[in-house]
Amino acid sequence: MPDGAVPVLDVRGLKTIFRTRSGEVHAVNNVSFHLQPGELLGVVGESGSGKSVTMMSLLGLLPSPPADVRGGEVWLGGRDILKIGVDGLRDVRGAKVGFVFQDPMTSLNPVFTVGNQIMEPLIRHKGMTKAQARIRAAELLELVGIPDAAARLKSYPHQFSGGMRQRVMIAIALACDPDVLIADEPTTALDVTIQAQILELVRDLRTKLGMAIIWITHDLGVIAGIADRVMVMYAGQVVEQAPVAQLFARPQHPYTRALLKTIPKLGGQREARLQVIEGQPPLMTAEPGACAFRARCTHALDRCATENPQRRSLDGAPVGHGHDVACHWESPDA
Amino acid sequence: MRDLTAAGTRPLVQVRDLKVHFPIHTGVFRRHTGDVKAVDGVSFDIMAGETLGLVGESGCGKSTVGRALIRLYDPTAGSVVIDGTDIATLDAESLRRIRPTMQMVFQDPQASLNPRLKLAEIIGEPLLEHTAMDADARLKRVHELMDAVGLNRRFANRFSHEFSGGQRQRIGIARALALNPRFIVCDEPIAALDVSIQAQVVNLLEDLQAQFGLTYLFISHDLSMVRHIADRVAVMYLGRIAELSPRDALYANPLHPYARALLSAVPEADPAREATRRRIILKGDVPSPANPPKGCTFCTRCPQVIDICHSQRPVLTEVEPGRHVACHLFNSPTAGSTGSAEVTEPNQQGVSK
Repeated sequence: MPDGAVPVLDVRGLKTIFRTRSGEVHAVNNVSFHLQPGELLGVVGESGSGKSVTMMSLLGLLPSPPADVRGGEVWLGGRDILKIGVDGLRDVRGAKVGFVFQDPMTSLNPVFTVGNQIMEPLIRHKGMTKAQARIRAAELLELVGIPDAAARLKSYPHQFSGGMRQRVMIAIALACDPDVLIADEPTTALDVTIQAQILELVRDLRTKLGMAIIWITHDLGVIAGIADRVMVMYAGQVVEQAPVAQLFARPQHPYTRALLKTIPKLGGQREARLQVIEGQPPLMTAEPGACAFRARCTHALDRCATENPQRRSLDGAPVGHGHDVACHWESPDA
Repeated sequence: MRDLTAAGTRPLVQVRDLKVHFPIHTGVFRRHTGDVKAVDGVSFDIMAGETLGLVGESGCGKSTVGRALIRLYDPTAGSVVIDGTDIATLDAESLRRIRPTMQMVFQDPQASLNPRLKLAEIIGEPLLEHTAMDADARLKRVHELMDAVGLNRRFANRFSHEFSGGQRQRIGIARALALNPRFIVCDEPIAALDVSIQAQVVNLLEDLQAQFGLTYLFISHDLSMVRHIADRVAVMYLGRIAELSPRDALYANPLHPYARALLSAVPEADPAREATRRRIILKGDVPSPANPPKGCTFCTRCPQVIDICHSQRPVLTEVEPGRHVACHLFNSPTAGSTGSAEVTEPNQQGVSK
């Protein structure tokens, strides 16, 4: 990992709350991370852990109200993009940061051709003419592996299969050569053999284009195969962060450890009984003054009820650069 | 098939050449112009007390098989014999009387629970419909069921929206158990749940199976979970069974090229293994079941396709003891009739890998 390099994206202390009838929900709580050039950062967590909301907060994609990005800094290209306003953000989205969403059917416009939708950011951000944009759009479709690209520009989204639509989404996200590509569960809606195709495409595009990617997923298998570094989220907070091999070989947070044990294996010794994580994820209606995982934790200490653990480094590297964990308990194999 | 797959065990469910076709109506006059062949000739047995895993990708017909097995869909052709009765052709009243023996757990616990009913009413509804129990006896049974699935009795008067996804799935399971069924179709019961909750529900299903001697058809696209829960696994592709094998044999050495590609595509939560695994990346998409390819339905994507695959439909044949494969690489085209292993000789050619 090129740790000396300037990060392309640096997020510090991000806080997002939702105002609801039953009070404020602390969806993202003091989340910090950075993304190095060319790196793929995997973000794992269950539904409601705040992984998508974190990324949407960065780009001002959450409707406000009810959402309120209450604090933090997001440094991209030398600017704090939380402070550049709506028009400023419009120049960032699609140009500097590309976004691929989970469901390609609902994120593509059904009444415009695919070509039209790939050309739109090129015309808007790159100032291309329609003719130039059309040539570039065909190149992009070819890049993401759609056969007969020039002809398919005239097709509508419904004329593509799910996997092909996700390829179109990736082409749109890549149109303006963004510094950062954020992919939010891009393969969750796809079948495994199609998912394998898309993962193969992303590996291929990374070597060709070298952009930095944030990959959000709940699937630890996908993360294991594609990420350089992993951030585990629980209840709106980062609970563990490490290089991918390290995280799977020596997980430190009780949640990460339990999560890895709970998934059945495809090969090797078959487990007689699945390990479970008892209980439910917490409602995040209060500012956390305690560890959010303590009720389900097998290693909970008295301290966990009174003090929300901060991320601490396990290997001497600054937090966020090596292996860090937000937990009071010190595991014996640290 | 029965004698070879699980010697001495009696099949509870016997499916023979099951077909479920959905008509396509087009044009102003809604003329019948074709059929979606969702299930097109499927045969298998499920032994009493066994869990048969049914896997495949969306649109392969696995859920349709599950629904046809308990007559939520009317089969177009074929027979479904459950405990000696062919339910595929049963009239409505006889079907109603036999329903208590076969139940279903649905994928989406939110959509399959009536939001206007209290938990006790949801779980008690099958009792009201099929038994002569009075209100007290029903409540007693509901409480028993809630204990069995790990729901606190205090929740009996709450509505389903007050529960989390995992708890809702427990409600759905309690309802399925209400009439002491022998056979339960679990249609993607964990697909809508978070990873940490999936294990809770699967462990519960296993406990209940041991406790009540249940027989499961476990439909899922999660191949790792199927390896955990199933005794035998059927892999479906485009309305047909590609391979039907005992669990360990299938996962150690899938025979059908589709089963091989499918298993190689599943990502594993182990970076070291992920880095060294050889993947078979299939080209293209699954063809439409309204217009399946001639011959083998997998011939358009198969990496090992040969000439005969484009013209002749391969028959599900026993190629090793207990292992059934529908592929020309393994069977000679003349061997046997669909799925009935009794009449086909084991044919070992091509079982090199």
